[in-house]
Amino acid sequence: MENGSLALQYLLSGVTKGSIYAVVAIGFNLIYSATGVLNFAQGEFVMLGGMVAVTLSHFVPLPVAIVGAVLIVAFIGCLLEITFFRKLRRHSVLHLIIITIGLSIVMQEAALHIWDEKVRSLPYFTGNEVSSLKFLGAAISPQVLWVLGTVAVTVVLLHFFLKYTLRGRAMRACSSNPDAAMLAGINIPNMRTLSFGLSAALGALAGCVISPITMTHYEMGAPLAIKGFAAAILGGMGNPMGAVAGGLLVGILEAFAVSRLPAAYNDVAAFVVLLLVLFVRPHGLFGRPGGESVREH
Amino acid sequence: MKPSAKQFVPFALFALALVLVQSILRATGREYCLTQLTMSLYYAIVVIGLCLVMGYAGQVSLGHGAFFAIGGYTSAVLTTHDFSRFNTTDWAGALRQAHLLVAKDDLYGNQVVTASPWAAFLAAMLATLVIAGLIGYPALRLKGHYLAMATLGFGLIVYKTVLGTALFGAADGINGVPEWNLGFGLTVSGRSALRVENYYIAGTLVMVLLVLLRNLIHSRVGRALQAIHDRETAAGAMGINTAAYKLRAFVLSALLAAMAGAFFTHYTGGIGPSEASAFKSVRYVALAASGGMASLWGVTGMSTLLNYLSLRGLFGSYDNAVFGAILITIVSLAPEGPLKPLGLWMQTMAGKMFGARRVEAAMENK
Repeated sequence: MENGSLALQYLLSGVTKGSIYAVVAIGFNLIYSATGVLNFAQGEFVMLGGMVAVTLSHFVPLPVAIVGAVLIVAFIGCLLEITFFRKLRRHSVLHLIIITIGLSIVMQEAALHIWDEKVRSLPYFTGNEVSSLKFLGAAISPQVLWVLGTVAVTVVLLHFFLKYTLRGRAMRACSSNPDAAMLAGINIPNMRTLSFGLSAALGALAGCVISPITMTHYEMGAPLAIKGFAAAILGGMGNPMGAVAGGLLVGILEAFAVSRLPAAYNDVAAFVVLLLVLFVRPHGLFGRPGGESVREH
Repeated sequence: MKPSAKQFVPFALFALALVLVQSILRATGREYCLTQLTMSLYYAIVVIGLCLVMGYAGQVSLGHGAFFAIGGYTSAVLTTHDFSRFNTTDWAGALRQAHLLVAKDDLYGNQVVTASPWAAFLAAMLATLVIAGLIGYPALRLKGHYLAMATLGFGLIVYKTVLGTALFGAADGINGVPEWNLGFGLTVSGRSALRVENYYIAGTLVMVLLVLLRNLIHSRVGRALQAIHDRETAAGAMGINTAAYKLRAFVLSALLAAMAGAFFTHYTGGIGPSEASAFKSVRYVALAASGGMASLWGVTGMSTLLNYLSLRGLFGSYDNAVFGAILITIVSLAPEGPLKPLGLWMQTMAGKMFGARRVEAAMENK
């Protein structure tokens, strides 16, 4: 029983972290499907969401602060698309990716200079650091339930948005065949802006709900981006729902690796998974090897 | 293509610039600046190698800081770690016979046995070869830009490992790395008496590598890489093994980065974990972009200049932000690098002055 509850504890912590990776992975997917760009600044959206919410929470109630942070970061995401990617239609994908690398560094440095190098966090949404619920012998912080609940609701909403609303369908059309989508009267540049805004908003929301548990720090973006990317590859690039499974898998694997390996190597697990997947199933666990389009972006 | 005298012009200009800078600094009594210039030249080697990956193979590597660190740390650990407890074993005896292990006195007068700098250098190269192959093989078989993420992850792992391992000196890094006697009476060392000599060692190394890379780029391999960069699918259809070429370019450039790391470590006498950080890797990408990615000369010049300014502390606490901003600005405004539009503009101006025929000739020589 003792071992069982310990394993359950690891599992829960893995699922919590994994759900954040899942959100980052969905963000990767949205932008990648719409533009073909790997957005290196994806982790920075999570960091910014947490930072802005912490600052806002000094002035307004917590829920308002979170909504505000999500809106502000979504706006930043749209702004980035409009200023850089919309103007640079003739640039190659390689150049656009390099620009996102630059953006990620500048956002990180901006955060360092606007806030500072201190670790911050939002207050626990309900209860505090020590309050916990008992679940089959494992202790869960109520915040974990908030994280899982928020992520689950977000993923379901996103699924319905992409599947059943006109705008969501337009977005999917735009990623599967931009030329045909354009002929059908879909405003592709707007869809691309929307994909940036949406994935920034998702990242910011994740940054807010995870902030009480893992804290918010200006350097937190890059590791999150890598793990999110590992999750996205694992789930199959371009498959948002696969990303959820990928994220949970990476998170759980990491949680169990931490219990076996020295703390200094806790990022190694996610990276080994990434390389193994690239080796064995580059199209992801759920994807099929597809034909390659000769169309140049 | 027959070698013509014109091909040697840039190399002669580079040599001239090296000598000129040194003479000016000597004349103005600011020879201490040569130290940072030497360091910048070593950093430039990393960027030149990255140029091969970005400008020719069309991939981004965010792990070159890590390869630099692997080169530096392997050299540093092997040349400072005491192997004397293996003295009695056969292999240690054999290695000492081959001068790969050397005995000497440490700071406190105790006798220690360490690897010789050449042996450490070879070990560093070998380690890099294996690691770069392991990272590059899966990531480069795929279409798209998975190498960037794989190398970013790899870089973070190296950074964390260095920070968390006592053998690598954790957050302090490794100090007291001995000087490196290259042979021919040349020594890589930070002693101020050898400052000018080391400046020329670094300069010559950069020049030799540039000659080799220039030849590579103008060979069958270089043309294959360029075809991959322009249209990967088309290159594959022409029978180019795209994955193999990309992998070779990546491994070669990782080796250059590790080599720069080894020289740099012997020159400065130590290495710290910040060399492996993601910021450093991004900086190399920024420098490669600022030089125009596919222009070896542009990359060498820009990276030496910008690194020098950064090492002199010109950008203060905004150092990383400056490089990030350079990256964004240059790639969005002039993706071919700022030097090419400038060169075209100068040709146009020259055309207005000297008439059109001169310009055509200039275009052909480009």
